Amino acid sequence: MTTPLSHYLLLSALLFSVGFAGAVLRRHAVLVLIGIELMLNAANLNFIAFWRYGPHPEALTGLMFAIFSIAIAAAEVAVGLALVIAIYRHRKTSQVEQFQALKG
Amino acid sequence: MLSEFPFYALALVTLFAAIAAMTLRNLVHCALCAAAAFTGVGALYLLLDAPFVGFAQLLVYVGAVAILIIFAVLLTCAAETGPGIAFSSSWLAGVCAVALVLAGLVLPILMSPSLDRLAPPVAGAPVKDIGNQLMTIYVLPLETIGLLLTAALIGAVVIAMQDKPDAQPASDVKPPPREIADKDLCLR
Amino acid sequence: MRSARNPLARLSTEMDGSIDQIFVSTLHRIASLAPPAAQPLVSMLLIIAGIMVVFGSCFALTTIVERKTLGRMQNRYGPNRVGPFGFFQPIADGIKMLTKEDIVPFSADKALHFLAPLVLTVPVWLAFAVLPVGRNMAAIDLDAGILFFFAIGSASELSVFMAGWSSQNKYSLIGAMRAIAQMISYEVPLLLAAMPVLMLSGSLSLADIVQAQPPGHWFLFTPWGLAGFGMFLIAATAESNRSPFDLPEGESEIIAGYLTEYSGFKYALFFLGEYLGLFAVTGLAVTLYLGGWQAPVSFLQWFPSWAWFALKFAALILLFIWARATLPRLRLDQLLNFAWKFLVPLALLNLLVAGIWWWTGRAQFPGLLIRWLVCSAILAAAYILLGRGLKDHKLPPHRYHYAV
Repeated sequence: MTTPLSHYLLLSALLFSVGFAGAVLRRHAVLVLIGIELMLNAANLNFIAFWRYGPHPEALTGLMFAIFSIAIAAAEVAVGLALVIAIYRHRKTSQVEQFQALKG
Repeated sequence: MLSEFPFYALALVTLFAAIAAMTLRNLVHCALCAAAAFTGVGALYLLLDAPFVGFAQLLVYVGAVAILIIFAVLLTCAAETGPGIAFSSSWLAGVCAVALVLAGLVLPILMSPSLDRLAPPVAGAPVKDIGNQLMTIYVLPLETIGLLLTAALIGAVVIAMQDKPDAQPASDVKPPPREIADKDLCLR
Repeated sequence: MRSARNPLARLSTEMDGSIDQIFVSTLHRIASLAPPAAQPLVSMLLIIAGIMVVFGSCFALTTIVERKTLGRMQNRYGPNRVGPFGFFQPIADGIKMLTKEDIVPFSADKALHFLAPLVLTVPVWLAFAVLPVGRNMAAIDLDAGILFFFAIGSASELSVFMAGWSSQNKYSLIGAMRAIAQMISYEVPLLLAAMPVLMLSGSLSLADIVQAQPPGHWFLFTPWGLAGFGMFLIAATAESNRSPFDLPEGESEIIAGYLTEYSGFKYALFFLGEYLGLFAVTGLAVTLYLGGWQAPVSFLQWFPSWAWFALKFAALILLFIWARATLPRLRLDQLLNFAWKFLVPLALLNLLVAGIWWWTGRAQFPGLLIRWLVCSAILAAAYILLGRGLKDHKLPPHRYHYAV
């Protein structure tokens, strides 16, 4: 294992920014959700990298965090997509800029 | 350098797949590139000596989340984006925010000397230990996750259920509905 | 995989030099001809070549055996023109598929249309890496072997979608959506039916699961094992899109479903991928419930372990062919109801029964009988009550009119 930890962290930071860019810059609600999933993946990668390169890998803390995070992400994407489908049925559109009913 | 080849190859594939997932116009291609990015991250977990999490990532993300996203794309008839612009109208603020976040994450990593360390030689994560800890130290989060998943599934089903036929559609702001052409392939 | 055990190490060194270990010793002999630095690579390549040759010829043999068995069950000969009793038919089929024109629809999504067969076939070949085909004969002995197997299996569902959507054809899309709905619905009973085995053998590694089933104590010979095996086979039939669950490719209904726009070599790859998926999941059923390479009774242990595996494998494949010839196809709503309202509750109860079985593990003679009775009673009651819930009362009684 000759790659330094900083390489993994840089990759995770880049993935996070790509996900963030997509979530903020795209118009379609499903793409916002994909961006959120990419951000969660980047954070999980961070956890596993720090677990592997940390002083106590036998404590398995980073692994546990990542496992629970994967489970929560699955639940969140299910509910989020159900919301997108329900809104589409009412409003016939999934562009996030059209959901302005609460606006000022 | 040769021993670092797997990491660089996987990192490049994952990053390109993620960028493709966020910039392509065809949403189905975006969803499939996102699935490729998830696979890349799973392979990185395998490289980091965490096979259980890697396979769980493949099973959950590629096998379930990606398919959910694809179903949502098809049920909202969004496969071909309309003639409008694909990116948000307030893109300048978004780009500034992204640049700030990127700088805020990358600069501390590059400036911190302690993060250049190499891995300790042995890190076993036998599945027996994971199961043991899940049942002793982490039993409360485990049960809570079970409850959370049940609530999320029931909630998702309730939210996405078809309304009764006599329900009134929303009568406030009516955006022009996008015409669903006959050639559009979707599950309406 | 650093946490996998060394593929060249042995789990047990008894029976060295016997016919049982003939493949392992041949592998070692050939690998030792290579320089020591390259030996793991050479042995891995030999194992991969072996798996591809064995399961590839199994595929060819299964296609002709299936057609002839189906034919005989339908009171006709199967193909019998090419070769002795028609057994060279796979060669003729292969030549036909390879020389057919590869037609891609004009408006199809070319990249996805090309990638879909690959995304199906590559993960399925990977799944054979963890199957313990004989004593000391698992290609890789992963700590989380079963999780690897199921993760790889779930990755092949994306290829079904890619095939259906990229063809830009309404019927392909409908077929693909039905296929995906069926596959994700039956993944839950498949996983739940494999859970009691993991519970009782205490490990996710397939080699350990086989070691936990000494001759005479296969998991099949327990009440929860019987129920679990049945559920696993039903879910496996549904996962491989075989009759009676072959609505997605129902030849008389939706042309060929998501495969409509595929011809020639790509169709051959899909066909290959489907059958290989069937073999992988059959191998897993043999490993989980039928004791893998273990003999059924201890005095039959002289028979080689890989031959036991092959016999059980062949028996299960014949069972699948028999089911295809006999049972009518299920409609989509019947299929989904069956998965969610019958198999999932039964699989959860099976888990409970397996727990009771484990908890009463140290019982003496009267306890053994009570153990069997209690477990079987719970399963039988669940089966009957859930079965009643499946009847749909809305259809009027059928009236048959016979021609006179």
